[in-house]
Amino acid sequence: MAELTIDDAVLPTRLDAVINWGRKNSLWPLPYGTACCAIEFMSMMSSKYDFSRFGAEALRFSPRQSDLLLVLGTITNKQAPVLRQIYAQMAEPKWVMSVGVCASSGGMYRTYATLQGIDRVVPVDVYVPGCPPRPETIIYGAMKLQEKITTEALKARKEHIQAFYDSFDRQKSLEAAKGLTPHQAVREMLLEAGEAGAQRIW
Amino acid sequence: MNPTNSTTIQREGDHMIVNLGPSHPSTHGTLRIVMELEGEFVVKATPEIGYLHRGVEKLGENLSYHQFIPLTDRLNYCSSIMNNVGYTLAVEKLLGIQDPPRSQVIRVLVSELARIGDHIVCVGINAVDIGAFTAFLYLFKERETIYDLFEMAAGQRLHTSFTRIGGLMRDLPENFLPLLDQFLESMPRTIDEMEKLLTHNPIWYDRTKGVGKITPEDAIAWGYTGPCLRGAGVPQDLRKAQPYLGYDTYDFDIPIGTTGDVYDRYLVRTEEMRQSLRIVEQCVQKLKELGPGPVIVDDYKIALPPKEKVYTRMESLIHHFKLVMHGMDTPVGEVYSATEAANGELGYYIVSDGGKSPYRIHVRPPCYPIFNSFDEQVKGTLIADAIAVLGAMNIIAGELDR
Amino acid sequence: MILERIEALLPDAILDRHDFRGDLTIVVDGGRLLEVIDLIFTEGFQMLLDITAVDFLDRDPRFDVVYHLLNLTNQDRLRIKVRVNDGEAVPSLTSRFKCADWSESEVHDMFGLRFEGHPDLKRLLMWKDFPGHPLRKDFPMDGGDIFCDDTGASYAGDATSLQG
Ligand code: SF4
Repeated sequence: MAELTIDDAVLPTRLDAVINWGRKNSLWPLPYGTACCAIEFMSMMSSKYDFSRFGAEALRFSPRQSDLLLVLGTITNKQAPVLRQIYAQMAEPKWVMSVGVCASSGGMYRTYATLQGIDRVVPVDVYVPGCPPRPETIIYGAMKLQEKITTEALKARKEHIQAFYDSFDRQKSLEAAKGLTPHQAVREMLLEAGEAGAQRIW
Repeated sequence: MNPTNSTTIQREGDHMIVNLGPSHPSTHGTLRIVMELEGEFVVKATPEIGYLHRGVEKLGENLSYHQFIPLTDRLNYCSSIMNNVGYTLAVEKLLGIQDPPRSQVIRVLVSELARIGDHIVCVGINAVDIGAFTAFLYLFKERETIYDLFEMAAGQRLHTSFTRIGGLMRDLPENFLPLLDQFLESMPRTIDEMEKLLTHNPIWYDRTKGVGKITPEDAIAWGYTGPCLRGAGVPQDLRKAQPYLGYDTYDFDIPIGTTGDVYDRYLVRTEEMRQSLRIVEQCVQKLKELGPGPVIVDDYKIALPPKEKVYTRMESLIHHFKLVMHGMDTPVGEVYSATEAANGELGYYIVSDGGKSPYRIHVRPPCYPIFNSFDEQVKGTLIADAIAVLGAMNIIAGELDR
Repeated sequence: MILERIEALLPDAILDRHDFRGDLTIVVDGGRLLEVIDLIFTEGFQMLLDITAVDFLDRDPRFDVVYHLLNLTNQDRLRIKVRVNDGEAVPSLTSRFKCADWSESEVHDMFGLRFEGHPDLKRLLMWKDFPGHPLRKDFPMDGGDIFCDDTGASYAGDATSLQG
């Protein structure tokens, strides 16, 4: 047997790269299925399309145990504070996939009740178009996310999430200071952001 | 209690308050139920809905009659095509027209396929919630075939928008019927398999028998329709009682239950799948007898003229332009039209002022009154049973909140 | 047939009627709604399918509250309408039909109408402090606020900034 050299035993790499490699292959999705897109998600999980091929079949319905938030369906204004709460509760580092046009932009529901894109209230990493997106499209979105994770700087991800926490704290202090409900607080923050020309509150 | 916490537990004397939802694995779509428990028993369950209220009715007042069709898909997204059919029937009633015979048969065919698909989701997910995962996987294979069929016919798996006012978007493609034959052959076997897995399974039986019982009187007072009403023993099915689309020319039976519990609802749904298969077979037969023919009315004031004509004839081009830009002319009046959807009576109430868009459009979703009775259904039962009842009610948030 | 019964037993209860496309419709006075309902209940209309409302902005009275009933025995349908103005109350049917509970709440939520005798009239679909009643004709479709505005920068543009 040939002698083992140090080059055989050690693989030099960057810390970012190796951590990201681990992260991208062990995503723990939280399916936040609100509407029709969740039905396509069901197809994606079941026999024919089989999402487990991507190392992400371990669904967790508790935000505390998951790091990939799949928003599947319409998010209404009534739900916006709930979504923020769920995102805040998730384990770090966390990613968000916005599946379907409703989640990405409000889609065909340009009404008083529908949030025009969840990126107004939480940060989004991958947008998957379609109404509903086919299972293949959602899988492609997940692959895009894996690609994104590979090239990500650890520090940047941390700061990215921190920006959300700051806005969440602001929402909480608004609620406490003015005695507002979460809906009112989010609405007020959206109005404020709109006046400043921004589209998001985090 | 903070309404945004997805799971809050709080003690009140001996009672514990548990909050299910709006994001919870056993709430289908997004609804929230605040349960007051004494030990494992439910003292009070307060559902809160509206988390998926997207403003469909308001939107409908600003869209033309044709443009509303895609929105109907997204009401009950487990059986979209039935919503298309129900809506177009309502508009046709308003206009006082009828679609051609071939279109009627195809509408029945796709509706029954959608009914099977809807029951698959309902039974499968109900079983998953209770802990039996296998039946779901078997059933979902068949649902994929239904998706394939719909995709062939309409170009979309889920949100078909297949019907048009006065008929259909197009005729069935030629490889539709061969695939349908395969489905007709394999689906009965899958139902048998599912029955082997569930009907005589002692765990399934114990978890569902006697859970969520309801008397026929109560069911009527609550406005139950569909499998939940028939499970309670009332043989009310609009396909038989107020036939539309020529349902009276088909041969099928209406299964009913005796106690209205979750088990009976499951049995009713299972039998309805078989009956729907029977209807589909008769549809195939009828299509063969009818032979080729138009699938949309020949009135260019209502339906778009075919593309070849639009490109070659001035008159058709004008019709096309008028219909797209101005919409169609409607009589002034109001109609309510109901069809038997997978969950029960799906009604559309349209008020027209003669304009191109409805003055008011209202959808009567079947699961709305059913879910209203949730508190009464689960009071005094175990919390685990509440989940079984919720599953058997087949709440679809899209049509519940609109 | 049912109309003759109502007319015989409750003269003057029916203010107006039509049967466009075979949908039997009667308009009754709000004050006599319960009487009419009680009568037709004994005649077999035991299923209340739906309650909704229509806003005719310029008409007086402004709103129509619409009830759809079904007779399970002979499959007849009947539509009852009650005309009310903003601020006027309609008698609640919760004492007669259990399913009136949510339907009336919804009409209250969407149109801001009041139902006299409803045990728990609340906002059902919208959240508690939602401003206004969405299905009124004078309510703007986009809610008239920032929720639907789409001017300004979008986040999608700087999604790549995370790359290290
Ligand atoms: S994007 Fe389309 S399919 Fe998805 S939730 Fe919205 S309406 Fe439904």
